[in-house]
Amino acid sequence: MKINVKHVAKLANLPLSDEEEKKFEKQLSEILTYIEQLNSVDTKNVEITSQITGLENISRDDKTSPSLPQDEALFNTKSIHNGMFKVKKVL
Amino acid sequence: MKPVIGLEVHVELKTKSKMFCGCSADYFGQKPNTHTCPVCLGLPGALPIPNKTAVEWCVILGMALNCNIPLFSKFDRKNYFYPDLSKGYQISQYDEPFCLAGNIKLNTGKTIGITRVHMEEDTGKLIHGNVDGEEVTLIDFNRSGVPLIEIVTEPDFDNAKDVVDYLKKLQQIVRYLEISNADMEKGDMRLEPNISLRIPGQTDLPNYKVEVKNINSFRFVEKAIDFEIKRQTEILEKKATPLQETRGWNEAKQKTVSQRVKEEASDYRYFPDPDIPPIRWSRDQLAELKKQIPELPIAKKGRFISEFQISEYDSEILTRAIESADYFEEAVRIGKDHNVSPKSLANYIINKKINLENTLPAELIKAIISTSSYATIDNDKISKVVGEVLAQSPQATNDYKAGKTQALQFLIGKTMSILKQKIDTRIIIEEINKQLK
Amino acid sequence: MNYSAYSIKGLRDGFKKRQFSSEWVVKDCLSDIKDNKLNAFITVCEKEALEKAKEADKKIKDGVDLPLLGIPISIKDIYLTKGIRTTAASKVLDNYIPQYSATVVEKLEDAGAIIIGKTNCDAWAHGSSGENSDYGSTENPYLEGYVPGGSSSGSAVSVADNMCFASMGTDTGGSIRLPASFCNVVGLKPTYGRVSRYGIIAMASSLDSIGHFTRYVEESALILSITAGRDMNDATTTNEKVDDYESYLRKDIKGVKIGLPKEYFTEGLDRKIKEGIEKEVKSLEKRGAKIEIISLPNTKHANACYYIIQPAEVSSNLGRYDGIRYGNGRDLFGEEAKRRIMLGTYVLSSGYYDAYYKKAMQARTLIKKDFDDAFKEVDVIITPVSPTLPWKLGEKTSDPLAMYLSDIYTVTANLAGIPGLSVPIGLIDDLPVGMQILGPHFSEGRLFQVGQAVEDSGL
Repeated sequence: MKINVKHVAKLANLPLSDEEEKKFEKQLSEILTYIEQLNSVDTKNVEITSQITGLENISRDDKTSPSLPQDEALFNTKSIHNGMFKVKKVL
Repeated sequence: MKPVIGLEVHVELKTKSKMFCGCSADYFGQKPNTHTCPVCLGLPGALPIPNKTAVEWCVILGMALNCNIPLFSKFDRKNYFYPDLSKGYQISQYDEPFCLAGNIKLNTGKTIGITRVHMEEDTGKLIHGNVDGEEVTLIDFNRSGVPLIEIVTEPDFDNAKDVVDYLKKLQQIVRYLEISNADMEKGDMRLEPNISLRIPGQTDLPNYKVEVKNINSFRFVEKAIDFEIKRQTEILEKKATPLQETRGWNEAKQKTVSQRVKEEASDYRYFPDPDIPPIRWSRDQLAELKKQIPELPIAKKGRFISEFQISEYDSEILTRAIESADYFEEAVRIGKDHNVSPKSLANYIINKKINLENTLPAELIKAIISTSSYATIDNDKISKVVGEVLAQSPQATNDYKAGKTQALQFLIGKTMSILKQKIDTRIIIEEINKQLK
Repeated sequence: MNYSAYSIKGLRDGFKKRQFSSEWVVKDCLSDIKDNKLNAFITVCEKEALEKAKEADKKIKDGVDLPLLGIPISIKDIYLTKGIRTTAASKVLDNYIPQYSATVVEKLEDAGAIIIGKTNCDAWAHGSSGENSDYGSTENPYLEGYVPGGSSSGSAVSVADNMCFASMGTDTGGSIRLPASFCNVVGLKPTYGRVSRYGIIAMASSLDSIGHFTRYVEESALILSITAGRDMNDATTTNEKVDDYESYLRKDIKGVKIGLPKEYFTEGLDRKIKEGIEKEVKSLEKRGAKIEIISLPNTKHANACYYIIQPAEVSSNLGRYDGIRYGNGRDLFGEEAKRRIMLGTYVLSSGYYDAYYKKAMQARTLIKKDFDDAFKEVDVIITPVSPTLPWKLGEKTSDPLAMYLSDIYTVTANLAGIPGLSVPIGLIDDLPVGMQILGPHFSEGRLFQVGQAVEDSGL
């Protein structure tokens, strides 16, 4: 299995060095080969399990609760302007 | 060449709290980042709990749009990166949305298919600008996590006018259901038409599609679509294919401009959100929700015509907003006791452009009674006509002067017949007396 | 004076009888942490802990009775603690000070516990050895140069080496049970949905279980009775009644049906570990337990299944760390996090979803069904925790796949959502070995019953 490391890294928003790209290409291929043993499992007509609890219909009533004060919301960043988070201009 | 147009509309709900947390959803005009919590700010470890009302409203809207409501549904994660998306994924619905396969019937009689109606959450708001000489983007997460319903149509439109009609009808339904203000300028309702053209003889869908964003009024959507049709026609006539891209409507330039060319198909890596148990409706629950749907515009319009014998035109105007429709019905109820017909009420409300917020229906009836029997007419006209009548009828005038009251009736009748209006006789008598003094 | 000989119960008695104070005990723990060279902690909460100890002593004097009043515990540095730096052992969160506390942290503090520090772990809980921490590896307290097991490495070590009396960890594929086994302590992975995940940095949301380390089985029961229960902030916690766990400790083992799945005792298993477990099982049998060989046929696919679902969820859960609202940029993710993000992104990407992710979710159904079927026949299942003894630091770091294979006996419980208890069965070649007891959903009480019997075996 050949994995397009550059493309996947871009999807994952992950900056990788050339060295890392090479290393991951090899390691991920090995791991993929290992996990492809699942192909031998007969899963015809088998339901999926995405959650294990069997819970359904869990929701909350439409009621408000207090929000964080602005200074707490912004507490862990230094890049602030006028009460907003500031980043380099995006398109 | 024949346009192929589909539409994605986002409607922001007016729930009290956000979609997955208890922060107030009433963020408009508030100080930035004052309506956030661990959940909508995407802090580590925070988990979403769905807002029951928002979920129910989504289903109710789907029902109002004639959708099928599958008994099983779930939330999925849509993974992508953008600074306004606090978790690196948006909680949305992928392959099992709340509502499927509905429709809206247009004025022309054409039916537009609705592919799906699903529930998701809004993102934060980005503001681009220059701070200390640096080009920056500022982020306010107050809007992050506000409930959003997405309504996706089939590519059933072939002109801009139909799109506008569809949008007006959708907006009307949403407002009837009282689930959103659907105010385009405030961003409660956002539209993204995708437009392409079939070349003559082509039956399948075109192999490209242009999405237009940044449209915040019905007027602009019409202009943007017409512009795109013209632009794409010119390209196709040169035997080229328009680029698959996202464009934005630029009102100042009166044209769409390219925003982003999609290099590769977006890959959102959807998967079922493990934090939110799925939703399973019982038939009873769905029946209960269905009961919550009020009479919708089309039904109301039809009922007004048949029940109150008003014109289709009047009914259309009166049922445009639930407020005016309710007002009219209340006025009809009160008017019944005062012999004021629904028809005259409709005329009065529509022609006099009554301010419904400042005038109670009872006040309106009073006003109609006091003016409808004695239509107002300016005094100059009355005095002119009375003058003419007196001059043309010397016999009756003299008789009246001599104290014969039948002569007065003759003069009044004559005046009225010239005025061709029902007027308070006291005004005419007063004028006659004045002129004979 | 050294208080490590006391159990939690012993400490509480001592407090009540004024033999010593919480402040003394906390000071003793703090000095043990200072002297310790195993790198079990990332942040030590010296000032806060001492203040809390004084408060606790005052409350004890006032006759306040809380189950953990004045007891120092440690918390894996993946639980959010309001005002106390929380790093997930990653430089991405090197400077992150949480605005809120995890539900479990609040529950423990409400029960009187004193948080003495935040423990080291594999960054983002990715790892089986404790070596993936950006703050350095933790070392096994039993043999120099050996791994303590991961990912909750520091938590296991902090309890094993008497730096505190209990520790909270997380278990997504074995991250509590494996280090418990490697460090000779009791480790519980509760039923998925039994303990709230709110405020705990998510690794793989459908697998993450919130459990703990103690030195004795009865203490494990005590801690669970505090942490368990429905949380309105975690939609995956259930309304299922919280059992009186401590009542199971005194129950006789007689008649309890124990299954030994043959798939867990095959050639990959270290012979000495196998013998150790067989000895314990014999002892249980002697005391009246019924032993049955059973089969869990889909076991062999569990690890492959796990290494699809887990990285997929990891790739999504780590999406929020973009350095905008808190923390540093994504370039600071360590190698293992990057590897899992890449793998997870790939298996979810367009064109591969059905072949990997969907297939894995189907395999998960089969694995769960294996257990459902087995628990129709037996009350609990006993297996090894790890196929091998603790290995040397650095031995597997360059071979991620070999590292992943150390989870083969533990990932099944996470996939099936069932509880698992790792209890010590002694030392082999100077290294600790644990045994795993698995039960059906919400059978923690039964696990404590069997665990207590193992602890009492005297072997």
